[in-house]
Amino acid sequence: MNSSSITKITGTGIAVRGNDIDTDRIIPARFLTKITFEGLGAEAFADDRKQLADKGETHPFDQEAHKNSNILLVNKNFGCGSSREHAPQAIKRHGIDCIIGESYSEIFFGNNVSIGVPCLKVSESDIALLQNKCESEPTCDFSVDLETLEIKAGELSVKAEFPEGARQQFIGGTWDVTAELLQNDTDITATANDLPYFNHWQ
Amino acid sequence: MAKNLYNKVFEKHTVKKLSSGQYQLFMGLHMIHEVTSPQAFDMIKERGLNVRYPHRTFATVDHIIPTDNQVRPLRDTMAEEMFNALEKNTAANGIEFFNTSTGKQGIVHIIAPEQGLTQPGMTICCGDSHTSTHGAFGSLAFGIGTSQVRDVLATQTLAAAKLKVRRVEINGTLGAGVYAKDVALFIINRLGVKGGVGFAYEYAGEVFDNMSMDERMTVCNMAIEGGARIGYVNPDQTTYDYLSGKPYAPSADKMDEAIAYWESIKSDKDAEYDDVVVYNAADIEPFVTWGIAPDQSVAVNAELPKEEDFSVNDKPLIKEAYEYMAFTPGEKLIGKDVDVAFIGSCTNGRLSDFEEVIDLIKDSDLTVPSTVKALIVPGSQEVRQELIRKGYDKIFEDKGFEFREAGCSMCLAMNPDKLIGNQICASTSNRNFKGRQGSSTGRTLLMSPAMVAAAALTGKVVDARETFSIG
Ligand code: SF4
Repeated sequence: MNSSSITKITGTGIAVRGNDIDTDRIIPARFLTKITFEGLGAEAFADDRKQLADKGETHPFDQEAHKNSNILLVNKNFGCGSSREHAPQAIKRHGIDCIIGESYSEIFFGNNVSIGVPCLKVSESDIALLQNKCESEPTCDFSVDLETLEIKAGELSVKAEFPEGARQQFIGGTWDVTAELLQNDTDITATANDLPYFNHWQ
Repeated sequence: MAKNLYNKVFEKHTVKKLSSGQYQLFMGLHMIHEVTSPQAFDMIKERGLNVRYPHRTFATVDHIIPTDNQVRPLRDTMAEEMFNALEKNTAANGIEFFNTSTGKQGIVHIIAPEQGLTQPGMTICCGDSHTSTHGAFGSLAFGIGTSQVRDVLATQTLAAAKLKVRRVEINGTLGAGVYAKDVALFIINRLGVKGGVGFAYEYAGEVFDNMSMDERMTVCNMAIEGGARIGYVNPDQTTYDYLSGKPYAPSADKMDEAIAYWESIKSDKDAEYDDVVVYNAADIEPFVTWGIAPDQSVAVNAELPKEEDFSVNDKPLIKEAYEYMAFTPGEKLIGKDVDVAFIGSCTNGRLSDFEEVIDLIKDSDLTVPSTVKALIVPGSQEVRQELIRKGYDKIFEDKGFEFREAGCSMCLAMNPDKLIGNQICASTSNRNFKGRQGSSTGRTLLMSPAMVAAAALTGKVVDARETFSIG
């Protein structure tokens, strides 16, 4: 299957600041009328980017210095709103391999696990340090170690939180759970047969 | 040990504990629609897998369907392609599709209850976050991403972590002109958009006991806006009466057996909760959102909050909201011009929502002014048919509303119904995010159907209780 072990992510950071950034901002709904996820990377944060451009400012996703950045640094409740996987897909397809932030909506977090993008939690003061770092030094090397849950950026080193189950899934290469679910077929049948409503009460 | 409904239903559907520590959870009902399913069908095909239990998955088309003209092929070729893909995928896999030709099409969270598919004691999922709606029946219902849609198609199960449960109890009686939508907005206002992360909400107390199923659905629908992936109400006679006679509900001779199961999964009297909050119905007023997150709301007559009322952390978002909405702290929303009025969506697109509005507007002298575009969008073809049967379409049109076909419409505007520029829309939908209604500068004010009707007829934000002399 598609799952491979992910233990260490290296690259450079890119900060998208703000609390409660919702999935409609990550990928506006009008870009979703298609039957594949292809091309979504280019539309990530489309409206925010345009609005900043109109004001003469540049969104991090448009900054030359961050063109190849792959570690996204965000604040609180990132990815709230819709369950559409288009949002994590857009971010991943833009080239992001890992997200570091203060907190996430649950569905967004889970969707990212199933496409192989770990979302790590750090404290408010630590995210500020990391965001400042990548803004002032866009070429600074970041590394995220899922074994030790340590994030390094230049001379900075901060501790991250990541649920143990998800951590094991990334390290063991089982973040794509379909294979494991399929294995338990006998148990699936047993559970189904035990549900009184399973055959529409017939 | 005394248990709550969440834990009982979770255990009943647990297949196995997974190596990650999560649980493999069996899904009793899987609903699909055109936006989040095509990629999942492709994924199972790529992996050479089949749909495990086709009879437990049902499909509808709602997000991309136009509400003015549904003749095929749809004018938008991309929308037509999505519609086509769903037709092909459901036919190829033996999944029942409530297509527009069946008379049963509609918004996924409206049709499943309407057909009697949604029942107590089930696990229900759909690639759509407002799946929480179905919790109104005492089921565990939640939104999933496309990779999970793949898993459910292939195995009828998914990997899930156990949530904590917060009981949200509201006692007393709601005032006249205060609706289920106001209860939903009130809870989000009190607990915040992040307050429910990690929790399932059990809604309880006199207010919920006295609600109809439609009203319970409105509140459960917006659990997710408060961060809670699941919201539910324990089933009772109101639930059983609603289900009785519905196409997919248990037949009359099976009803006793069904009710015995449904009663068995209710929260025990002395069940334990991870958290309990208690509110008084008398404190709930008609609510309106003023910002770009569903907890940025005020009672209709109140002043907008000052920036200094917020913590240092929240200030930037508050500032951003004021900038985007072009409102000023301390002013009131009352009297603000409204360009568009939208009544519909999975929050408020059920029969009783429109009946409520008809009751209010039918004797009013007011009609929609020419400056306002007012849309009535039934949540399903059945709701629409019933409104027509009662002659309500005529009343709506006489009053200046457009009476549309069933679909998600302007709730998220993945179809031709969109705001233009920075129009202000009084809307019965559930999200006021930036750009949500199709224009990247469009502004959404969430409120109850009665409040939107009043805004439609006056062209302004008003207190519906005054416009319609309620109470
Ligand atoms: S009505 Fe709105 S919230 Fe409900 S399913 Fe449709 S788009 Fe989603």
